[in-house]
This record gives sequence, C-alpha cells and structure tokens, in this order.
Amino acid sequence: MLNVLRDLLKYDGRFRVAALFLLLTLLLAALSWVSPQPPNKTYLVPPDVAPSLAYPFGTNSRGQDLLWWMAFAVRNSLMLGVITAIVSRVIAIFVGMIAGYRGGTIDRLLMSLNDSFVVLPVLPILILLSFLLQGQLSLVALALLLGLFGWPWDARLIRAQVLSLKERSFTRTALYSGTAPLQLTLREHLPFVLPVVFATTINNMLWSIGMEVTLSVLGLADVTVPTIGTTIFWANQHQALVAGIWWWLAAPILVAVLLFLGLYLLFSSVNEFIDPRTRLRRIGA
Amino acid sequence: MALLQLEDLHACYRTEVYGISRSVRAVDGVSLELYENEIYGIAGESSSGKTTLIKVLSGTFKPPLRVESGRVHYNFGSFAVDMLSIDPEELRQNVRWKQISYVMQGSMSVLNPVRKIMRTFEDIVRTHQGIADKKSFVEQTRQHVQRLGLPPDVLDLYPHQLSGGMRQRVAIALATVFHPSLIIADEPTTALDVVVQRGVLQMLKEIQNESANTVLLVTHDLAVHANMADRVGIMYAGRIVEEAPTAAIFQRPRHPYTAHLIRSLPSIGDKTIREGLGGAPPNLASPPNGCRFHPRCPLAIDRCRTEVPPLTTIAPQQRVACHLVTEAG
Amino acid sequence: MRKFVLSYLIPRIGQYLLVIFLGVTLTFVIPRLSPNDPVEQQVSQLMMSGSQVSPEAIEHMRVALTEMYGLAGSPWEQYWAFWGRLLRGDLGPSLSSFPTPVNQLLATAMPWTFGLLIPSIVISWVVGNILGAIASYYENNRVIQVVDVVSQAVRPIPYYIMALVLLAVFSYWIPIFPFSGAYPPGARVEFSLSFVLTVLYHSLLPLLSLVLIGIGGWFIGMKSLTSNIIAEDYVVYAENTGLPRRQILTQYIMRNAMLPQITGLALQLGMLFSGALIMEVVFGYPGMGTLTFQAVMANDYTLIMGITLLSIVGVATTVLILDLIYPLFDPRVRIQ
Repeated sequence: MLNVLRDLLKYDGRFRVAALFLLLTLLLAALSWVSPQPPNKTYLVPPDVAPSLAYPFGTNSRGQDLLWWMAFAVRNSLMLGVITAIVSRVIAIFVGMIAGYRGGTIDRLLMSLNDSFVVLPVLPILILLSFLLQGQLSLVALALLLGLFGWPWDARLIRAQVLSLKERSFTRTALYSGTAPLQLTLREHLPFVLPVVFATTINNMLWSIGMEVTLSVLGLADVTVPTIGTTIFWANQHQALVAGIWWWLAAPILVAVLLFLGLYLLFSSVNEFIDPRTRLRRIGA
Repeated sequence: MALLQLEDLHACYRTEVYGISRSVRAVDGVSLELYENEIYGIAGESSSGKTTLIKVLSGTFKPPLRVESGRVHYNFGSFAVDMLSIDPEELRQNVRWKQISYVMQGSMSVLNPVRKIMRTFEDIVRTHQGIADKKSFVEQTRQHVQRLGLPPDVLDLYPHQLSGGMRQRVAIALATVFHPSLIIADEPTTALDVVVQRGVLQMLKEIQNESANTVLLVTHDLAVHANMADRVGIMYAGRIVEEAPTAAIFQRPRHPYTAHLIRSLPSIGDKTIREGLGGAPPNLASPPNGCRFHPRCPLAIDRCRTEVPPLTTIAPQQRVACHLVTEAG
Repeated sequence: MRKFVLSYLIPRIGQYLLVIFLGVTLTFVIPRLSPNDPVEQQVSQLMMSGSQVSPEAIEHMRVALTEMYGLAGSPWEQYWAFWGRLLRGDLGPSLSSFPTPVNQLLATAMPWTFGLLIPSIVISWVVGNILGAIASYYENNRVIQVVDVVSQAVRPIPYYIMALVLLAVFSYWIPIFPFSGAYPPGARVEFSLSFVLTVLYHSLLPLLSLVLIGIGGWFIGMKSLTSNIIAEDYVVYAENTGLPRRQILTQYIMRNAMLPQITGLALQLGMLFSGALIMEVVFGYPGMGTLTFQAVMANDYTLIMGITLLSIVGVATTVLILDLIYPLFDPRVRIQ
C-alpha cells in the first residue's frame, strides 16, 4: 500500500496535484477545530473587509471571518460527501453483487430498476423533497437522502466487475475444487471489486458535494449550517458580486475548485492505476 | 535475387511503467531469405519471437517495439525497399497491400464491425488504386471473391453475420486483391476448427499456386507447416535454431529442439505416450547464456552453456544452430 | 427483424414505461411521506399573511386545497386520480400566479430551456468527441495536450461554480456580458432580428458554461474509449492495409467509439438537464430552472409538482428517442 502511494507520487503528476489540493482542503477543514469563531454567530468581526493579513479570506457582510467560516464549510461538505458515499456504497455493492452473482431474472429486474434510477432526473425530485421539508432538512438527513439516489451508476460498474470475475478460469477452478461460494466471493473476488468501489467512492463524493451546493444555492437546505453551498447562498442573498464584495464568492469558489479538482484527479489517477487495460497499454503489451 | 534479405535483426521491447523499466529482446540476431514463389513457414512456441519478427518484416512496428540493428531489404522486381529506413508515407502508398499484405492473427475481428464487407474492399481499393467506375469495381470484387470460392453475397453482409471460417476467407480475399509479392499469414487458422482449417489452408495454397507469390506462414502448428510450407524455420527464444526444406526437416530434424517438436506430433496408429519437455521457454528479459535451449536440452554439453552456437549451413538450404551437430560435422 | 423487436425494441419501451412509473410514483409518494401537510402549510401561510379571513372561508379553502392536491379519498383512489390527471395533461392551477394553469407557465418556460440545452449538448458532444478522438490518435500534438489539461481541470467543476466564475470574470471583472436574463428587462419578446441577436448575446455565457463542462466530459470519455479502440484488431488491420490516417480516425476509430458515447448521452441526460436548470438560476435565464427557483421562493407546490413530472417524462422520452435512433448507427443491433 505504501509502495503504491510512493510510486503514484513519484510517477503520476496528476496524483501529486491531487495530493497537494486535498492536503490543503483537509488542512482548512482541520482549522475548524481551533476556530475562535463559532459558525452560527454573526457580526463577530467588522463586515465587508477585503482579504488582508488579518483576514486572509476577507470578511462577509454578516460580520463573519470567511477563513473560519470556510473551515467549517469544507468540513461539513466533506462530511456530507463521506456519509453519502457510505450509504450509496452499501446499496451499490449489495445491488451490484446480487445482480452479478444471481444473474437471470433477478439480474434483469435489478438492472431495469437501476437504469431507471440512472435516467431519472434527480434534481427535480430532490427539489420537490427538500421543498416539502422546508429547510428542516439537516445536513445528515440530506446526506442520507443523496445516498439513496447516488448508487445506480456504481452498482452497474460493480456488477460488470462481478460478471467478468465469474467468467475467469480461477473462479471455475476454485468452485470445482470445492471452495464455498461465500468464501470465493470474500477471499478471491472482493480484492478485485474493492478498487472499483474505491474509485467510484471518490466520484460519488464529487457528485454529492455538487448536489449539496445546488440545493443550498436554491435555498433548499438548512442555510444556517456552513457548507460550500450555503456560503454561496448567503453571498447571493447579499448580492455580493453587485456590491463588489467579490471575495465572498472567491473563497467558496477557490475552495470548491481545490476540493473538486483534487478529488477528481485522485479519482482518475487511481482509476488508471487499477485499470489493467491502461497499465497494459503503458507497457505496450 | 531473393525477395527479402533479412540480416542479423535485433529488436526489443523497451518499457517504463511507474519507474520500472524493462527491456525484452524478442528477436535476437535473425537472418533469413525469402524467395519468389515459395511458402516459407516459421514455427515456434508462443513468445519465441514469431510475431515480433513479422511486425518488423511488415513494417508495422511501433514503440515500445524498437529495432536495434539489422537490415530488412526487399526486392520487388521493379523497385527495392529498405524497411528500416523507408519514409512512412512511401511505405503506406507503394508497399502496403500492393506488395506486402497481411492475414492477421485473430482475423475474427479484423473487419470493421459497422461496415459492410464491400465497404472494406472499397476502402482498400480506393486508397491504392482509385475507383473510377463504381459499377465495374463492384463487379470485379464480386468476381474476385467468387474465384476464391466465396459466395459474392457475403460482400453485402456485416462481419458479425459471418462465421469464423467465412471471415478468415474474406480476410484472405482482402489480402489478395492486388496480387501482392508477399502475403504474411500470422496464425491464419489457429482459432478455427479442424474442418474449416483445412478449407482455409487449401484456399491459401491455391492462391499461392496461381499467382506464384511468396507466402510467409507463421504458426505454432507443425502439422500446418508439413502440409503447406516449402521451407520451414524453427524459432526458439528470439532466434532461428534450424531451417531446412520441409521434407528434410520432418524426416531428419537436426536440432534437439526441432527433433523434440516433431517427435511430439501424433501419427495414426501410434499409441505411445508422448514425452513432455521439461522446463519452460526462457524469460527474454534475462535469457540464459550460450545456447538458449541448453537448460531444457537433454543433450547439452559444457560448451552449450557458455558459447552461442552460430547458425551454420550444413547442407544446401539447410542451416542449424547447435554445437552437437556442427562438432559432429 | 422479429428478434430485433423482441430483444431490443420491447425491452427499451418497457424500460421507458418503468422509468415513468417510478418517477410518477415517487412524485406521488414523496409529499405523502413528508411530515409537513401541504394543505396546512398553505392555510397557515395565508393566516400568517395577516389578512382577515373568516373560519368558514378557511375551512372552505382547506376542502378546496385538499381536492386540488388530490388528497381526498383513500391512498389508492388518490393514486389513480393522480395518474388520471397526469394522463389528461392537467397539472392544476399555479398557486403563486393563481389561476394561471401550471401547463401554461411550463409552456412559456420550456422553449428557453430547450433553446439552451439542445445547442449546448449538440456542440459539446460533437466537439468533445472529435477532440477526444484526435487526442488519443495524435498523442503528441501540442494543442491537444493543452485541451487535455484544460478538460481534466474543467470536468469535475460543478455547473454552478463554473457559471459563477464566468459571471465574475466576464460580467464583473471585464464587463462585456450582461449579468442576467435572456434579454434586457422590459424588452418585448418578438421574432425580429434584433431581438434574436440580443437573446444570443445574453445566452452566450450560460451556453458557454454548459458547453465548457460538457466538452471536458465528452473529451475525456472519448479519449479513453479511443485509446482502447486503437488497439482493436480492425484498426491495426486498417493501418496495415495502408489506409490514410484520417480515414482510419474517422471511419474506423470515431465511428466505433461513437456508439458507447451515444449510450453515454442517453444515460447522462438526466444530469445534463439538472445542470441546465442550475445554470438558468445563476444567469436569471427565463427557463424551467428559474421557474423552479421562483416556485420554491413563492411556495408554489403545484408548480413544483408540475416541473418535476414534466422533467421526468421529458428526460425519459428523450432517452427513449436516443435508444430508438441507436440501431441506425450499430448494425450489430439492427441485424441479428
């Protein structure tokens, strides 16, 4: 594992950039634990101060130091991403594995359901849902909800991986030589499925954090909780750009770009590393 | 004058992945000549360098495969070509398919799945000859296919509608549209069942008889060589270890490796158990010193472990690389 | 032909019906699971507004709203009534601009959304795929390498952030584009050259943000598809036959790599649609996204229901159309 990390750091530029960006975001998130400013209080510092040494990210019109506010925001957005990822992973692994191993009618039923969820435009449905809950939707509840919608893409990938594993000769050898199916799945197949799960986890986090931004901006989340989305919501409410307080938007945009790019580059770097085809191509076989 | 003179070819794969660089010398000092109007067979196990060799001969090698040294000289009668220094555009326009065509390994999937067979013919003919009159082109193509014993209606089908044997025949028909000087056939029958195999081979042989061109037939299947080839070259670990006319090599193989290959062929009525050969082909990233076959050779002597046996002519048209044979004289 | 109908056509149509069934059922169930009663919400909103309303009037309104939301009767009766109204195309009156039917509001907004969404999808799909294919076939081209880096950087950025960046740069920092709207406030909506040009000018930034992210995504997808197809036997074979590189790229590589990208388009349509909605909100563009935002702000429950249902049916139908077109490009599906 450490070797893999070292190799990726050494030979993949994307991985280096990803590591740097994610490190910066994590550092910022870590700052929230030493923040002198509680996230829910307003008018603690002079409002509308441009970025300076005292306030590196500036302060907003609600009298909050954006550095500390953003620290909480990143922490919360990351937390949301992780919870969603876990929930949707559980569903995706369950559906993907069952569809892949059982095959036949169950597979066809599950995959029809799966494809329906892929095609459904999630945003209007989530808007309807959060609209009915009227800002009572806590961050954790939102994360769980997104988890319920975020699995179908990945279930399909996991199923595909299981199907290809089922066809491999080592599977047949193991079965003919009397390995119990469950043991085969856990011991022999899981190591192949886990990298897929890992790569899709990152992608899923990207999706859920982006969704949170979207819903918050529409005013459909609990806007008193700092997240990347609610930061933009408040900036919009105060017409930050028109008022010339550009840093109020610059801070969340900067942090979002660092986080999204970092996660995405990590995804594509890891994806390439675990995809045997790209590796084969590199050695020219 | 030989059609092809290949002199001391060295080619290797050099790769670097996540910092691990590897160099595999797949072809290591191969020399041979191909004459007009013959079928030359190359035999050897997988990873003996057969495929690499024909990649170089057909001028289709790309990094990571690199030619380190050697000379690949073609004489097509009207003009000569040095494969290692020819301009890619000239190679594409004048040599490819007009002079050298190719029946690929895995011909099952060489046809573009979204194009009708006729379109593939059209692409190739348009590139190299131009199509002035579409009607007469269609007519000529139908005749060409029919001459080779294929129903002309296959031209209006998509590849996925054809059986494996049919696809392979189409591939041969494609390879012969311009009556090239050299047809390279790489494992042309490996994926086919035995009955279909026979038909495809017959077709190949008839074409060669008719147009008197050269066929370079590469396959691990010695039975195919016995039926088809005029001369056979045996490759082992990137080198040719023996080369002789087909009859000679099957009647009296000289190299221990060849002898072993031929002994392992089944023959009717013989029910003795075949002997296996111990060990595995060497890792070409770090091949053994001396004769590369010595770790598996039952007859190896000390000299075999240190000194590379040169490919020596021991009879007209017969060459072998083995200390035992050359020492015994 | 029979096999094509049985193994391709019928499953697709079945899938289509399943998507609609699931979507409509979700839209029906969600409000009924919500702890908030939309009728009571509306009533309390009215009472809070401070106007003098008699208890009888409130009771009357409660009955009317219950009827309108389809909340009368047993759940099964409600469900059937819900489908009935939907199939008749009756989405009820909008609450915020009572008594304008929701249908009419949607009909006004839809052309704007389509006008933004269709060109952006077409442009980004075509450009992204062409660049992606070139990228892996001509690996050492400088321009392509730059496109590659930019695509990697742009692809993961959420639509909203991209819109804000463009807005900040081209409307605030270098003020060459308008802040919002599809035309200047007060302009008459008409079919004249000058009005069309104004709309184009106003639409450029929203379009650009959709197209930029879109190109990034299709580019990366196509590049990885192509680099696998390059190693396919039929491409290597075409190279050996001496076909010109350009022909190999277009008719052998792109033609085949295009197939999974069509499927990809069908699968991503839902997401693309959502992206366009958000884009409209940022740019105050008068399509369905902005309508959604207004509905949220005005607590217009029927309007939001209408938008949700229309989105589901619209996206699913487009996917079905793409599925029906697909066999034209892939003979392996068409002729079995």
